[in-house]
Amino acid sequence: MRWACLLFPELALDAVLRRHPSPDAPLALVTGPAHRRVLYAVNTSAAALGLRSGMSVTAAQAVTTTCMLTEYDEEATARCRRLLAAWAYRFSSLVSTDLADAIVLEVAQSLMLFGPWPRFEAKLREELTDLGFRHRIVVAPNAHAARTLANLHDGLGVDDHAMERALGQVHVESSGLDVDVATTFARMGLRRLRQVFALPRDTIARRFPRTVLAHLDALRGADNTPLTCYQPPDWFDEKIDFDHEVELSTALLFPLRRLTSDLGVYLSGRDGGVERFVLRFEHEFVPATQIVVGLLAPERNPNTLFDLARGRLEQAPIAAPVRGMRLIARELPAFVPASRDLFDMRAQQAMPWEQLRERLRARLGDDAVHGVSMQLDHRPELAWSDTAPEKTTAAALADLRPAWLLERAIPWRGPAPLILAGPERIESGWWDSGDVRRDYYIVESAAGQRVWVYSPPNEVGPFMIHGWFA
Amino acid sequence: MSAALSLDQMLAERRVWRGQPTHAPAPRGLSTGLAALDAALPHSGWPPAALTEVLIPADGVGELSILWPSLAQITRDGGRVVVVAPPYIPYAPSWHLAGITLPGLHVVRAQGRDALWAAEQCLRSGACAAVLCWPAHADDRALRRLQVAAETGQALGFAFRSIKTLSNPSPAALRIAIETRPRQLRVVKCRGAMPPKHAIALSSFSY
Repeated sequence: MRWACLLFPELALDAVLRRHPSPDAPLALVTGPAHRRVLYAVNTSAAALGLRSGMSVTAAQAVTTTCMLTEYDEEATARCRRLLAAWAYRFSSLVSTDLADAIVLEVAQSLMLFGPWPRFEAKLREELTDLGFRHRIVVAPNAHAARTLANLHDGLGVDDHAMERALGQVHVESSGLDVDVATTFARMGLRRLRQVFALPRDTIARRFPRTVLAHLDALRGADNTPLTCYQPPDWFDEKIDFDHEVELSTALLFPLRRLTSDLGVYLSGRDGGVERFVLRFEHEFVPATQIVVGLLAPERNPNTLFDLARGRLEQAPIAAPVRGMRLIARELPAFVPASRDLFDMRAQQAMPWEQLRERLRARLGDDAVHGVSMQLDHRPELAWSDTAPEKTTAAALADLRPAWLLERAIPWRGPAPLILAGPERIESGWWDSGDVRRDYYIVESAAGQRVWVYSPPNEVGPFMIHGWFA
Repeated sequence: MSAALSLDQMLAERRVWRGQPTHAPAPRGLSTGLAALDAALPHSGWPPAALTEVLIPADGVGELSILWPSLAQITRDGGRVVVVAPPYIPYAPSWHLAGITLPGLHVVRAQGRDALWAAEQCLRSGACAAVLCWPAHADDRALRRLQVAAETGQALGFAFRSIKTLSNPSPAALRIAIETRPRQLRVVKCRGAMPPKHAIALSSFSY
């Protein structure tokens, strides 16, 4: 077993910044009860202005007024952790969020697929940077040791032997022990874990709570209690709250892109696609607006999902300024990648038909793209339908039929036409009260058009135009 | 010397007009199915990856029947034909009778500017082998967009327009006008060759 610990030292801050259009502007998270508001975390540019976490808000406002203050949202941070777990699940089946501020995943099994560790690590780092999370990565033979070493190191990889030595160097304050226990050790003159490990077990057991010995055992890999493994949920539900009311739909696009790319990450983690998702826009006083995005086939490409969602968003009326945006996807069928021909002649940058079809539907409406098929009926208006044809084609008709059919027949105007063929009697539909009795003729107009007309049975005229032979 | 172009290359790309018909091997286009028309066109068929304009005096004068052999060929080969905002219902039995494989035929409902947008998207995507559209009020710029989209997506674009627009300039690679009395078509413009002076007869009753 070999565990990688991905430590997110600034998770709460990153959870806000990654959705922020200008992440470099000074920003601080605020927490605490109303009478004692303190800064929870500050970003780099806020720190440059002299703000520190733990500072009271009044003090911070005395230092600078340009810093934006945002409420620390514990729930949003927890959601980010779940998203990261879902992302990590792509790389390993053993992913755990048990350890504080971090995600650990078992990587020994994954190395076969993702290549030697340096390449795998580079991939993890690249994707985490794309997702917008600062991180530290450490690999060790057990998860707890990896977590503790991540407090001090970044990019460290140790085997059993090196782990003992590396752990021995760790100061007790940063070893993951409780603060008062660490202080006690320090006062006993035990500054590094090496010295703590050298103590006889029974003295530790006598003087300290049981958890201390358990933690020390876990660090050395002697504790075999398994971690709770992450199981991806069967739905996706993400939410972004805005600090202020958003009035322009263009301002919604940036958060929308984050949501759809998170959805894409989540979907590829569970190797699924999405067939239908709902965008909910929450308002201050009026009920939430819902936009349903339906697809004909499961999809998971983040860009496609964003394009489609944007197409729907641009069309949809939104009742009021938006306070929050939520993306819910419950139907997550298995994703079957479209099979492509290796020797396909089409251009390289070609867009697959499925994507084009969804783009057209997004702008023109759900029923804008349809196929045509034949139906077994003699009545011309019922002999076609706008559904996609079945595999089996109906038997070919022997009679000539026009290429264009008029939705509704219109009366013939002008001089009497030249009859080229006919009459052809069509008499059908008495069983479903759509009774039709007509004599059809093929005629030529003065302008040279070939027209399909009908007249009442046994009468030549007046004619009704029903189609064009084009 | 990247700026220098070889003469052969320029001739092959048909950027030099030589004054008389040449027999330089042009990339063969998809046959129109009309032998006389094929013979008149430089690619021996529809200009590949380009827009073709079909000018008609009215609906129902055989404008689709000149496309049917090639559309049937495309759908038989597994290509996709998209009909964007047709003026009437494409009547399935008749299209089937013409040899078109119906699963390869798709219709897009759209109106006005959306129809132009949809046609451009379809042409540009590279997912469609042929796109039929009816840009009634399209100006020169809109047609040029369609032409560029057809080049990008390597698709055959067919734009049906009124014969009244004959005198307007058009960026289409090929312009064909259909006449009814007698039933014939004229090549008004074809890029890469002189349009033939004589009209090409259409079969007297070809649906």
